Amino acid sequence: MSLLDYDFMQRALIAAFLTGLAAPAVGTYLVQRRLALMGDGVGHVALTGVAVGLLTGWAPVWTAVAVAVAGAIAIELVRAYGRASADVALAMLFYGGIAGGVLLTGLAGSTAATLNTYLFGSITTVSAADLWVVAVLAVVVIVLAVGLAPQLFAVCQDEEFARVTGLPVRVYGVLIAVMAAVTVAVAMRTVGLLLVSALMVVPVATAQQFTRGFRASFVLALVLGVVPSLAGVVFSYHVDVAPGASIVVIALAGFVISWPVGSMVRRHRNRHRPSDDPRVTGEHVTTGTHPHRHDATCGHPAVEHGDHTDYLHDGHLHAAHGQHYDEH
Amino acid sequence: MTESVVATRGLRVDFDERAVLHDVNLHVLEGEVVSLLGANGSGKSTLVRAIVGLVPAAAGEITLFGQPLATFRDWSRIGYVPQRATAAAGVPATVREVVASGRLSRRRLFRPATRADRAAVDHAIELVGLADRAGDTVANLSGGQQQRVLIARAAAGEPDLLVLDEPNAGVDRGSQEAFARALRTFVASGRTVLLVLHEMGPLAPLIDRGVMLDGGRIVRDGALPATAGAGVPDHLDDHETGLFG
Repeated sequence: MSLLDYDFMQRALIAAFLTGLAAPAVGTYLVQRRLALMGDGVGHVALTGVAVGLLTGWAPVWTAVAVAVAGAIAIELVRAYGRASADVALAMLFYGGIAGGVLLTGLAGSTAATLNTYLFGSITTVSAADLWVVAVLAVVVIVLAVGLAPQLFAVCQDEEFARVTGLPVRVYGVLIAVMAAVTVAVAMRTVGLLLVSALMVVPVATAQQFTRGFRASFVLALVLGVVPSLAGVVFSYHVDVAPGASIVVIALAGFVISWPVGSMVRRHRNRHRPSDDPRVTGEHVTTGTHPHRHDATCGHPAVEHGDHTDYLHDGHLHAAHGQHYDEH
Repeated sequence: MTESVVATRGLRVDFDERAVLHDVNLHVLEGEVVSLLGANGSGKSTLVRAIVGLVPAAAGEITLFGQPLATFRDWSRIGYVPQRATAAAGVPATVREVVASGRLSRRRLFRPATRADRAAVDHAIELVGLADRAGDTVANLSGGQQQRVLIARAAAGEPDLLVLDEPNAGVDRGSQEAFARALRTFVASGRTVLLVLHEMGPLAPLIDRGVMLDGGRIVRDGALPATAGAGVPDHLDDHETGLFG
């Protein structure tokens, strides 16, 4: 009997696939913003959410989403408005999340084994109802991460510049935090709350070994998130270990292998470095054949340049030189 | 009639309850190239940061294109070049990607870049002489080239006003020339520039007016002398590092 004949394996693989896409999609923005550990913090807080679910009998995935979103917004606001004590405030939030989760789980009469399935994932526990929630949330996160990519990139790259282009920077900051929180809830059945952050960060770090730009890093990170997620679930089927552990170990192995390969690629690339634009270095560059003579009546704006006059023509500055024009 | 592009009246800015700008009245008209001059700590960077809304005003008023800053929404008319960021972001980005973010004030949500957007980005990269490096990682460029990327990013939005904070600080001569050339092209089309300069370098012939700050106040405002070495000095040397650059 093949592993795909089991319903629970089908559900686990679909959940792993969606998690493998959503986690690095959000993770790329977190890493770019230098908030790589935010996913870890939100994961801690989400544990309290799971425990609330166990205590009240509500679906843990929804209570985890609710508490993780609240925690993520709190983290983002402390980061944006807080001062020197921000890291201490964040640390307390993280510890509170873990302690609250363990405490409430105990009150609910659940065992440490139950808690473990949320902390490190469990392939046999993804119910059909869970899968719908996971699928809808993951698709929303991925659509936002791709559709708003230009805006999110600008906010993460240079927050002050983004503000001066009129982007609501605080709104986008909170949006990224909420996306991270939702991803944590999506991921808790496959990689688990304690290891979800690895799936946000490691594929991005591996992708960077080979890429020069943001878009390429983003796309490669999604591939590098999906492959270990599926492989880790399959491994957990054959060897009875928590899928979170096998997913993260496979992702890390990918990073270790890519490191020497990536540094070879970069060395090769740096050997062929083009020189500066000659117009910049003051070399003599002539315009192509020039249709007319620039003067006060030609209609092109003139600007004084030292001992002569340049004319602005189609975005270029032209200066008379003998019988032709130079690019200035 | 010449439009007022930037105006501050009685502007005061406080940091930690200490005033770093006092009663600043600055007016920049359409088509002018105005340079703020002064030593480190004189408040010139704070002034441009207040004008673009990055630093709150404690008192007084700021208007951009005749609109009070609080209700100003026409951000595509402004191109801002911050002081070069020292720390690169955590994920590599190409020259083209960074310059393209200068178009965001003209783009709509969830829409791909239009042909006009891509053409403006190409043109801005060419303007600063980095066309051959458009696909390279910004972090691998020299300091001067990185500064030119930031200038291209501001130019990509096709603004009417360019605001530059120390664009020449720590920049090699080749990049200063490239920048002067980009600025000449920009000024030739009749647009307005407000910039903070520590030293004039190759830009001196372009500047219409210099505004000198000292201790958070404007101490001189007028045309620059034709020859260096007489009248207003084109820069002050640092003898004591101030608290605010």
